[in-house]
Amino acid sequence: MTKDPDAITDTVTEAELRANHDKLNHDVDPDYVIKLIGMNKWYGDFHVLRDINLNVHKGERIVICGPSGSGKSTMIRCINRLEEHQTGQIIVDGVELTNDLKNIDAVRREVGMCFQHFNLFPHLTILENCVLAPMWVRKEPRKQAEERAMAYLERVKIPEQANKYPGQLSGGQQQRVAIARSLCMEPKIMLFDEPTSALDPEMIKEVLDTMVQLAEEGMTMLCVTHEMGFAKTVADRVIFMAAGQIIEENEPHEFFNNPQEARTQEFLSQIIGH
Amino acid sequence: MMGKYVEKEALPPPVSTSGPIAWVRDNLFNSPLSTILSLLTIYLLWNIIPPIFSWAFFDANFAGDNVDACTGTGACWVFIKVRLNFFIYGFYAEAERWRVDLSFLLLAIAVVPQFFDKFPYKMWLGVASVTLLPLIVGTLLIGGVLGLPPVETHQWGGLMLTLVLSYVGIVAALPFGVILALGRRSEMPTVRMVCVAFIELWRGVPLISVLFMASVMLPLFLPDGWDFQKLLRALIGITMFQSAYMAEVIRGGLQAIPKGQVEAAAALGLGYWRSMGLIVLPQALKLVIPGIVNTFIALFKDTTLVLIIGLLDILATVQSSIVDPAWRGVAAEGYVFAAFCFWVFCFGMSKYSQALERKLHTGHKR
Repeated sequence: MTKDPDAITDTVTEAELRANHDKLNHDVDPDYVIKLIGMNKWYGDFHVLRDINLNVHKGERIVICGPSGSGKSTMIRCINRLEEHQTGQIIVDGVELTNDLKNIDAVRREVGMCFQHFNLFPHLTILENCVLAPMWVRKEPRKQAEERAMAYLERVKIPEQANKYPGQLSGGQQQRVAIARSLCMEPKIMLFDEPTSALDPEMIKEVLDTMVQLAEEGMTMLCVTHEMGFAKTVADRVIFMAAGQIIEENEPHEFFNNPQEARTQEFLSQIIGH
Repeated sequence: MMGKYVEKEALPPPVSTSGPIAWVRDNLFNSPLSTILSLLTIYLLWNIIPPIFSWAFFDANFAGDNVDACTGTGACWVFIKVRLNFFIYGFYAEAERWRVDLSFLLLAIAVVPQFFDKFPYKMWLGVASVTLLPLIVGTLLIGGVLGLPPVETHQWGGLMLTLVLSYVGIVAALPFGVILALGRRSEMPTVRMVCVAFIELWRGVPLISVLFMASVMLPLFLPDGWDFQKLLRALIGITMFQSAYMAEVIRGGLQAIPKGQVEAAAALGLGYWRSMGLIVLPQALKLVIPGIVNTFIALFKDTTLVLIIGLLDILATVQSSIVDPAWRGVAAEGYVFAAFCFWVFCFGMSKYSQALERKLHTGHKR
């Protein structure tokens, strides 16, 4: 991928920086569904995301990895505004994320998200979890919403659990419900924030299978995960982050077999050693 | 070579010694100390319970219509019987008391089905009992419309006044409390500050002084002609006071809901109000049902304080009857009766909350 953003160093002037951003912004490739341009974020004084530049094509599958605390989750959480960025631009499906609530709503309608801890609504049944947003956000009639919910539950292979409560399901089942719940809003982009990290080893596969199936259907996906097997088989591109920056990005084969940066090599040797 | 794994058969648990005698042996006489304590307790109960029963029932007087009928050594329930109407209706005009009875009936129709799991239209009945019911009963009791002669609120009293105060207090304090609790957790500094100030102000003063302010001082500050009834002022005072407590109970529940719930709701496109109304509040309120009911019960009993601003609730009607020279030495009977009335309603609320908790328990059930 383009190394242009990385070429920006401290020596460039403000004007050059601006021009570069404008160029990126105006060369809108209609294929880009997500563009992060010079995005920075701070938690108080802590500079957690540093000059992040990332373009994502429609249908592209991206795996983001890196040590804990490197800002991977924070970055994808910025894409649907669960976290607010302070400088730079985030443009999702042609809509720029600003403080404008209309834009935030528009982006969230197009972007689904799965969390490490599933975050199903424990007081609602599986089916109610799935129809809630379509009925209240998209004003769909219950019947139509339920039909679609059942179709997606079928796809994640747990239609028979529809009338149970989340607390009665295993972790793997809960995560698959969470995926179905997001899909019920028919998003163009799916974000996965460590979807298998809280699961028992026996349940990781069923969730990964669901994600692979989704990838094969052409969904645009950004996954923060430590499942390198998933990255190798599914990803179009692997992004390595450390200390709030994108250190390296490449297609999976090159990334794993021929990492360019020392930090990447160190990280890969750590996780593959086990 | 593959091992051959044979699943062991599931066996029933061992038969434990059961039956009442085993229970007594295991629980009351399982050690020397516990034997001594059990015997001591039985001795104390033997000395306390029978005298109470003989006072309340066996030696009590039930028949008659004045103090002279009370000849036994037990309770003089004649007093309660003769004054019962006063305890229930206060000074409500006698010819109009059917309106109070009808109100009691409506309240029962609205509330009793809530105790039964299978009753249809329970939700609508619940909604009606917090919206329609206060309006209908209010119109019925106040009168002045539909050919009903008006009954001044200073004539209201007894159990009926207690129920009016606590029902309005409960129905109004819960939504106020929810709004205050949400406001206190708001990200908008002004909203948060206003809510914190409101809660801390009302929580920091005794209810007695709130009632005094409402009844004595408020009229001094209001312009002429703005005076409204003492009952309404007491109602507003009680509602404000209890909603501050309610807000803190509910805030406890809100804080117990993981942040992930709000994030999941936001990621699905639900805005603040929907995320609160559909996701956070249902879970938070369920968690703090015991605290909410605790506040309701406290509110119910605190209504007795309206006595000091001259409203005659049930306790006040009992107290004013006790000092009647025609009835001497019936204080115990009066207070026992008042206590019993309070206990019935508080116990009912407690039972209802337990049933509600069981019914709503879905989150952690495996």
